[in-house]
Amino acid sequence: MLGGMTAVTLNQFIPLPLAILAAVVITMIVGAIIEIVFIRWLHKPSVLRMVIITIGISILIRETALHIWGESVRALPYFTGSSVSSINLGGVYISSQILWVVGIGALVVAALTAFFNLTMLGRQMRACSANRDAARLCGINAGNMVTLSFMVSAAIGALGGCIICPITYVQYDSGTPLAIKGFTVAILGGLGNSTAAVGAGMILGILESFSIWVLPTAYKEAISIAILLAILFVKPSGIFGSAEAARLKEF
Amino acid sequence: MARRYLPIAAFAGLIVAIQLATLFSGTAYYLTQLTMTAYYSLVIVGLCMLIGYAGQISLGHAGFFAIGGYVTAFLTTCNLNLHPGVIVSLLGKSGALVARPDAYGGSLLTVHPWLACAAAILLTVVIAYLVGGPVLKLKGHYLAMATLGFGIIVYRMVLGTEFLGAADGITDVPGFPLLPGVLITGNSSARVSNYYLAWGLVILGMVLLLNLIHSRVGRALAAVHGAEDAAGAMGIPTARYKLNTFVLSAVFAALAGVLLTHYNGGIGPSEASVMKSVRYVAIVAIGGMANLWGALSMSLVLNYLSLRGYFGTYDDAVFGLILILIMLFAPDGLLRRHLFSDLKRAISRNPVEEEAP
Repeated sequence: MLGGMTAVTLNQFIPLPLAILAAVVITMIVGAIIEIVFIRWLHKPSVLRMVIITIGISILIRETALHIWGESVRALPYFTGSSVSSINLGGVYISSQILWVVGIGALVVAALTAFFNLTMLGRQMRACSANRDAARLCGINAGNMVTLSFMVSAAIGALGGCIICPITYVQYDSGTPLAIKGFTVAILGGLGNSTAAVGAGMILGILESFSIWVLPTAYKEAISIAILLAILFVKPSGIFGSAEAARLKEF
Repeated sequence: MARRYLPIAAFAGLIVAIQLATLFSGTAYYLTQLTMTAYYSLVIVGLCMLIGYAGQISLGHAGFFAIGGYVTAFLTTCNLNLHPGVIVSLLGKSGALVARPDAYGGSLLTVHPWLACAAAILLTVVIAYLVGGPVLKLKGHYLAMATLGFGIIVYRMVLGTEFLGAADGITDVPGFPLLPGVLITGNSSARVSNYYLAWGLVILGMVLLLNLIHSRVGRALAAVHGAEDAAGAMGIPTARYKLNTFVLSAVFAALAGVLLTHYNGGIGPSEASVMKSVRYVAIVAIGGMANLWGALSMSLVLNYLSLRGYFGTYDDAVFGLILILIMLFAPDGLLRRHLFSDLKRAISRNPVEEEAP
């Protein structure tokens, strides 16, 4: 939401690609500031405490956005073409923006996978996630890793907001449902596995879209959360995650 | 034993003092917000029981509040004259239905508020058992997200359901004839009696909860909160105690929802929103988690200020900020029982660490 709104505002002054880049960077900095101000200095915070703090922060961001941008709904222009143009792909007509979303999404997942598996920094981050104390003994600065992960996820969130908002529009309160959905998908795919998360996201999206055949459209949102609850009850490690890995993380 | 009831007597005195103060200063209109505050306080003391004493967080209590409110609102406004049938005529013969003129002079046949209230509580108990069973097996942030999810589902359902008024909510809910001659209604003529009625109910709830805390159940809950595995090893049925406390606090929320709906004469989907749930948790947190009196006094102050509109457009932000500050600086809650000894220790040892917001 923050990314989308910032990009819309900046796009009034600078061209679209620059505006998106600037919005991603700004959101990344905001993510880092939030981590440094609210999370970093806490001595061994429990996950529950961090969740409640971040819920509080999301409320603050939402209210700030309401005061800055008001209640009006905004959108970025389509990256190529317009809202009525479409591309013919073997008889199927789809909007060009959809291709942008799918393409950039695939790029991000590929980049993340490469980052976590191939670079030193990515491996350090995984080490921190698996066992923080051991990672520190090996000389990894765990605090910086957490800041970095906040920045990366904030940047990806902002990028996601920018590429989807020509289709779905963006408003001061469009962040919260996305956060819940993101959490659902992350749980569904098993935490810390971005490829499985994509699969889980597709399953969720398809289930949600087809649910309007049998249920009123207004219940769409409730469907994804009901799925989250069902997964938490039945298999908290996610459908693609292994139960063993999940046991290491505290529930 | 009598010492336990001293704070209750003092609190009752405070309630009377506030009423007299508004009477003499000619500000009796404050009582309307104070009465609404009382019903919200009912939710909060129930939630305090769950969070503070059973140690289980719930970010979905606005959902239970809304279930209570919507069930009674729907049953007491749905005109059964339009749906004749066997069940309706049976209910009519047993005296469970009341007829009253509607706004256009026609007649309106609806379910009696007492029956509607009973139905609301019953439904809440069923839902709380169904949801609480699997949800309370989760711990930590999974529990928080699951209850948050439940709250959002309820919110989306009331927002998207046509016969519950969708985004408009339900209006024209009649008053609640609690006793002959005592009607829960927002009419300004019944302002004082409603004020006492609402706070009387809160005090009743407090007596119930305080007695519960000092009973076998309360001690068992304290053990569950302290060390769940150890409590289980001592033979305490931890799952059952947690579930029953969850249901109890849900019933408190639903009852508050029923009564506030009758008092306001309507309910809207915003009562079910996530912000309301977060607000309840924030108030319990600032009240000191396991401190019913702290939660009650903070609820009185903060709900009143919020309902009077002192926070203006920053209403939600204030409660978000409270939640952040409490979780950052005092994760056990602000007004906890050992606050003063803690402060003393902190000051004598290291003055820099004394940072209660």
